[in-house]
Amino acid sequence: MSDEIKTKIIAIIAEQAVLEPSDVRDDQDLDDLGIDSLGLVECIFAIEETFDISVPFNANEPDQSDFDISSVSAIVKAVQGLIAEQSS
Amino acid sequence: MKRVVITGAGTVNALGLDVPSTLEAMREGRCGISELKFRDVDRLSIKIGGQIHGWTTENRFNRQQIALYDRFTQFALTAAKEAIEQSGLEFIGDLAAKSGVIFGTSGGGLNTQDDNYRMVYEEGKNRVHPFVVPKLMNNASCSHVSMEYNLKGPSFTVATACASSNHAMGQAFNMVRCGMATAMVTGGSESMLCFGGVKAWEGLRVMSKDACRPFSLNRNGMVQGEGAAVFVFEEYEHAKARGAEILCEVIGFSMTSDASDIVMPSKQGAARAIAGAMADAQITPEDIGYINAHGTGTAANDKTECAAVADALGHHADTVMMSSTKSMHGHLIGGTGAVELLACIMALKDGVIAPTINYEEPDPECALDVVPNEARDADVDVALSNAFAFGGLNAVIALRKAS
Repeated sequence: MSDEIKTKIIAIIAEQAVLEPSDVRDDQDLDDLGIDSLGLVECIFAIEETFDISVPFNANEPDQSDFDISSVSAIVKAVQGLIAEQSS
Repeated sequence: MKRVVITGAGTVNALGLDVPSTLEAMREGRCGISELKFRDVDRLSIKIGGQIHGWTTENRFNRQQIALYDRFTQFALTAAKEAIEQSGLEFIGDLAAKSGVIFGTSGGGLNTQDDNYRMVYEEGKNRVHPFVVPKLMNNASCSHVSMEYNLKGPSFTVATACASSNHAMGQAFNMVRCGMATAMVTGGSESMLCFGGVKAWEGLRVMSKDACRPFSLNRNGMVQGEGAAVFVFEEYEHAKARGAEILCEVIGFSMTSDASDIVMPSKQGAARAIAGAMADAQITPEDIGYINAHGTGTAANDKTECAAVADALGHHADTVMMSSTKSMHGHLIGGTGAVELLACIMALKDGVIAPTINYEEPDPECALDVVPNEARDADVDVALSNAFAFGGLNAVIALRKAS
């Protein structure tokens, strides 16, 4: 299940970054991937639609959000947390 | 080139149902933003806005009018009535032929669209009211005002998102200035506070859930508003000859395009618009006493706007007063520049600077005098009004105290 979530998230990120999923590394951040603020909100929208969750993210205060976007692995972890929290 | 003066003003917005009550609220630093009330609001994550208080459509318009007037047209007609009555102008003969209406709006008849899409898609109805098109079209408010007041000159509607009103008033100004029109009824109107209107903005994730706090370090986004403001721009000699009261003079206008990003603002584009308005008005930075900021309360706008003002005004940016009244009435999108022009008129005519309310923490990237939380008395000779739209379209108006 956990791997499946990760695969789907990486596919979403890769699509925004116009990369192959295999070229997206866990330690990369959005800057490394060339994803700007509009790309980020599109990624979050796709994540919400894919997993039927609500992601708490305000573009005005990305650092203060509970949703950690500092790296690919952080995003995967945050989404896993939200899925666990919101499906319970 | 002819001189252009403002001889009438009218409004309806979250702070008041006319100009005196709006200016009183601005002087007192009152907040018009409250919990939204409309159908399906429970399905929104953003539940606050600058919705107009104490407005009852049925008390203002009859059944036939309501069938034709979307809410944004109702607002425009209400504001136009106040402005034209104040001006004392009666549009007949040559004056009617040489006077028109230019309004800004972004969403036009959005409530009409929302209601009718809901009916055909959600409720599965196959028939809509015959007036849906004339009610929702963006120029409906402009046309109804021209019909109501016999305005037969150049008339159209401008849609440049958050800069719509400033672009509209800039066109009206230039038409009177070049002699193409004697008087122009101008401003803007917006009624985006409906389920679809707010839902669309939610998607962009730039909205605040609690308050609009422009320039404050803890700002977390914009808050939408609704309403209209309308002005009568009149050729100076014409106004003087009939002994009209002059609220202030319009002295310059500039518009630029960032040509860079569909949502992120550009310091260069904004600074060029501010500098352009100063050049058009033949003033120097030191002449400017007050700037009504675009000041949306988003992270991106406020720091970019402060940097642009610093660029365009140089050292004078450290002394000029700049406030965002969006903190009180919300962001009226296509109508915002018009309502904000009222704050400029108050500064020039009454010597009162409207505050930026909800200001809690200084932001080093917004280190200008933003007139925090309390109105201030000041003698101001020249004021600017900024509007910077999504799509990178900027429009700045310069005004001078009546003389």
